Amino acid sequence: MCGIVGLLVKNPELRDRLGELMVPMLIGMTERGPESAGLAVFTEPVTSPAHKLSLYVPPLPGTDADAASYDWSGLLSELRAGVAHDHHLTSMASHAILTTAADPVRVTAWLREHAPRVHVLSVGGSIDLYKDTGSPAAIAQRYSFNTLRGTHLVAHTRMATESAVTPANAHPFTAGRDFCLVHNGSLSNPHLVRRKLEPLGIHFDTDNDTEAACRFFEWRMREGDDLVSAVHRGFEELDGFYTFLMGTDQQLLIVRDAFACKPAVVAETDDFVAIASEFRSLAHLPGIRHASVFEPKPQEVYSWRV
Amino acid sequence: MARVTAASTEVIGTREFNLANVTLRELNRYLHQDAVGAGVRRVRVLNPDGAHSIACGLDADLEVDVDGHVGYYVAGMNQLARVTVNGNAGPGAAENMMSGLVRVRGFASTGAGASAHGGRLVIEGDASLRCGISLKGGDIVVGGSVGSFSAFMAQAGRIVICGDAGDALGDSLYEAVIYVRGDVRSLGADARFEPMTENDLAAVKDLLATAGFNHAPSDFRRVASAKSLYHWNAEANQEY
Repeated sequence: MCGIVGLLVKNPELRDRLGELMVPMLIGMTERGPESAGLAVFTEPVTSPAHKLSLYVPPLPGTDADAASYDWSGLLSELRAGVAHDHHLTSMASHAILTTAADPVRVTAWLREHAPRVHVLSVGGSIDLYKDTGSPAAIAQRYSFNTLRGTHLVAHTRMATESAVTPANAHPFTAGRDFCLVHNGSLSNPHLVRRKLEPLGIHFDTDNDTEAACRFFEWRMREGDDLVSAVHRGFEELDGFYTFLMGTDQQLLIVRDAFACKPAVVAETDDFVAIASEFRSLAHLPGIRHASVFEPKPQEVYSWRV
Repeated sequence: MARVTAASTEVIGTREFNLANVTLRELNRYLHQDAVGAGVRRVRVLNPDGAHSIACGLDADLEVDVDGHVGYYVAGMNQLARVTVNGNAGPGAAENMMSGLVRVRGFASTGAGASAHGGRLVIEGDASLRCGISLKGGDIVVGGSVGSFSAFMAQAGRIVICGDAGDALGDSLYEAVIYVRGDVRSLGADARFEPMTENDLAAVKDLLATAGFNHAPSDFRRVASAKSLYHWNAEANQEY
């Protein structure tokens, strides 16, 4: 079991309150996913420098995640020396957002070689990504989720049914640029998908089933599909149970498997579109009593643009 | 809706529980243990906010009105009570009901009325997939449409669908009977349309009247089991 949460604000005045509105949604899904949580928030795109990377350093064994820290300024100095470009970094404990004018592929390669403890969680122009182990409330506090601003976000609470409980296996998963996916359910053929993608040069970070779906859709988009077409192709190639919630810099998209095995509820008003596994995560939202509330039908793709 | 400031208020024979202020456990304990002794016949529940298992496991002649949307298993295992949800219901509404009447004024999620042995479940809006799966004797009346795999392996009881049905309606039916007014995307294995008899028309009329829906019984088609799966057929090669 897991919980999914999505929120897209249509009313620009609510962008400053995106995190504040979302935190009770995430905490409302604690019983569905008490052990890990994460989110991707899409902000105004960075223009100069042109890219941003969300970075994370897992705590060393035996240390408290809430007391974790890392020498980010040391890393920034080394990066400036190693990859001569404009870089900025804002950090919070074990998490940082690096904005850079350098090619993100080059930065990622440099990090892998010179700062192997640093994980790159996301790459793009709009996306910031946070994920960690712990209760959703603890993670929301650890990363000050209530202060997040942006146009839309995708979040998840995890109760693992297959791969281990680690920060890397928490959701959202990302692939490519400004794309993320969270999943409630389980895939039965992730290894088949993986064996199809790896010979194409697609690298996997974990042994998690959701990563296969995320990389499959991103691969299809690089091959020319739009996200909706990629999802339709997924109906043929991804076997299992799923409610997938996906975010790009432009849209929020949800789809459920043919059996609608995993729940999802959407509430839409003039001000926002809010999505959760269950209504109890939506009940606090302003104007919810007058919202249009519905359940996505199986194998129908629902998407909203910023 | 009147705003209630106290955790609960008592009018003669009626009691209100505001789930914004009292726990679900307190509500259900009251419904299970205290309501009848206190002479309370009617309980109103405010701000359910999607909570699970509201009015679950009741076993008394109570009237429970829930004002708002509820989560999983509302009125599950119900006996005798009449539970009304003035909102939408999550998965498993009135699951395993034994008797009584459960009414959902909005839509109901997956598995509504699953395994119900008796009683009546009325859903005024749509029901999602697997409505009435493994029904064992209750009656379900759906004002809107039902999703795929509804009445899967239903053993006894009746389901009236005023709208359309999704795929595999009545797959592997036993003795339950389905009456459907709209389109059926597909019938499940061993389900078939059968002519409406006078008894069928009377049954639909009675069930519609209970639900308060105004349709002509003659608009409905009967779906029941062809019973070809009742006996093992080695020559079917597992293809039905």
